[in-house]
Formats: sequence, C-alpha cells, structure tokens
Amino acid sequence: MMNSQLIFFMLAALSILSALFVVFSKNPIYSVLWLIVCFFSIAGHYIMLNAQFLAIVHIIVYTGAIMVLMLFTVMLLNLNKESEPHKSVMYKGAAVLTGGMLMLVLLAAMRSTQLGTYVAPGRAETGFVQNVGLKLFTDFLLPFEMTSVLFIAAMIGAVVLAKKEVH
Amino acid sequence: MNTVVEQANPQNWYLLLSTILFSIGVMGVLMRRNALIILMCVELMLNSVNLLLVSFSAYAGNTDGQVFVFFIMVVAAAEVAVGLALLVSIYRNIGTTDIDVLSKLKW
Repeated sequence: MMNSQLIFFMLAALSILSALFVVFSKNPIYSVLWLIVCFFSIAGHYIMLNAQFLAIVHIIVYTGAIMVLMLFTVMLLNLNKESEPHKSVMYKGAAVLTGGMLMLVLLAAMRSTQLGTYVAPGRAETGFVQNVGLKLFTDFLLPFEMTSVLFIAAMIGAVVLAKKEVH
Repeated sequence: MNTVVEQANPQNWYLLLSTILFSIGVMGVLMRRNALIILMCVELMLNSVNLLLVSFSAYAGNTDGQVFVFFIMVVAAAEVAVGLALLVSIYRNIGTTDIDVLSKLKW
C-alpha cells in the first residue's frame, strides 16, 4: 500500500511541475516538450487507476498524434526563437492570482462534498480492454460511429483552412 | 495486459490533483499571449477533467466514464487539428500568433 502512495506522489509531482513548466517556459518548443512529459505522467495515473485501455489510447492519441502535430506547427510558424513580447510583472501576478483564487474556490466547494462510498477502487477490471470495448460496441455504438463523421468533417475543415489561397 | 494495480489511495487526492492541474491551465490561458500556448493550456485543462472522470469511473466500478473519456479524446484530436489549421492560416495572413494583435473581432 505504501508503494502505491509513493508512486502516486511521484507522478503527481511530475505532472504538476511539468504543467507549471508548460506555462512558465519562454520558448514554445520547451512548452510542447514539457506538455508531453505531463501527458506521460497522466497516462501513468491512468495505469494506477487500472484504466489500461485509456492509458494506451492516451499515449497514442496525445503524445503520438496531437503533440507531434503541435511540434510541427511550432516549427512551421518559426516560433522556436524567444519571440514572445515582454509582459509586466503585474500582468503575470494578476493571472497567477486569478488561477490561485479559482483553485481556492474549487477546493472550498470540494471540501463540503460527500464522496459517497468511493473509498477504495471498485471492481478492478472496469478499465480493461475487454470491458471498455464491450461497452463501446454495445451501448455506445451509435456515438462511436458518429465520430467517423466528426473526423471527416475535421479533416476536410483542416485541409480547407490551412490551404494556401490562390488568387 | 490483465495485471491489476492494487492501490488504496483516497479519491480526494485525485480530486486535488485535477483541481491543481485545471487551475494551472486557467493560469496559462490568462497569462500567455501566444495562441499556440493557449491551445496547449486548454489541452491541459481537458486532460485534468479526463483524469477526474477516470478516477470517478474507477472508484465507482462503472465503465461508462471511461467511454466518455475516450470520446473526449476523439473530440480533442479533431479540435486540435482544426485549431492548428486556423493558427497556420492566421499566421499566413497576419504574420504573428500574438493574441494582442488579433483583436479585430473585438468590436
């Protein structure tokens, strides 16, 4: 039991620190790389929660597809120099204050909630590939098929938007 | 693939972690001026909510939440593709992704 707590704290520290580096690093390339680290640590959390299917899908979709796309865009837009204009300390302080106050409000709301009987993870096999797949292809078959329409729309939209206009 | 991770961490820890990650994402959206970084911070917020959903699903022993997370990932992938295409288009027309410059839709 001590072991899982240790792993949780290490993963949590890694994800929070890398999220902070995403926000505070000046160079956009470093932000993208730290976000990849953050996503890997979140995949570790999924494995700790026995959601193995989602952990693999998370690594494939986020770090494999989305972050590579973002990295390519950073290089395409030539953002790899430190091109961000300097901002005043007051502006940054206001942003940090707002985020901290939001966290405070959410935590205060959370303190008064009853979490019910969820004291320990329930059936351990809820996140296995077999169970998620069974759910996906029986109860959620129609939404699953609709995502193909969504992807077609997104694909065509992305191509049309990024295409060079000919005059 | 069928090994079970035995853990008895209280679920409050996951609530705390995803709240912190969400707040960091909000902070980044408010702080940064680069539209690409703002998109990344939105992804971070989306992921913190995903983590919360997965933790509730695992602790309640119900698979529905994980299917929802799967669909959220699908929509996020589509959203990032369209968003990055928009960014490339904006950069091609204006030459910057600084959101202070992109204020023509303001009024």
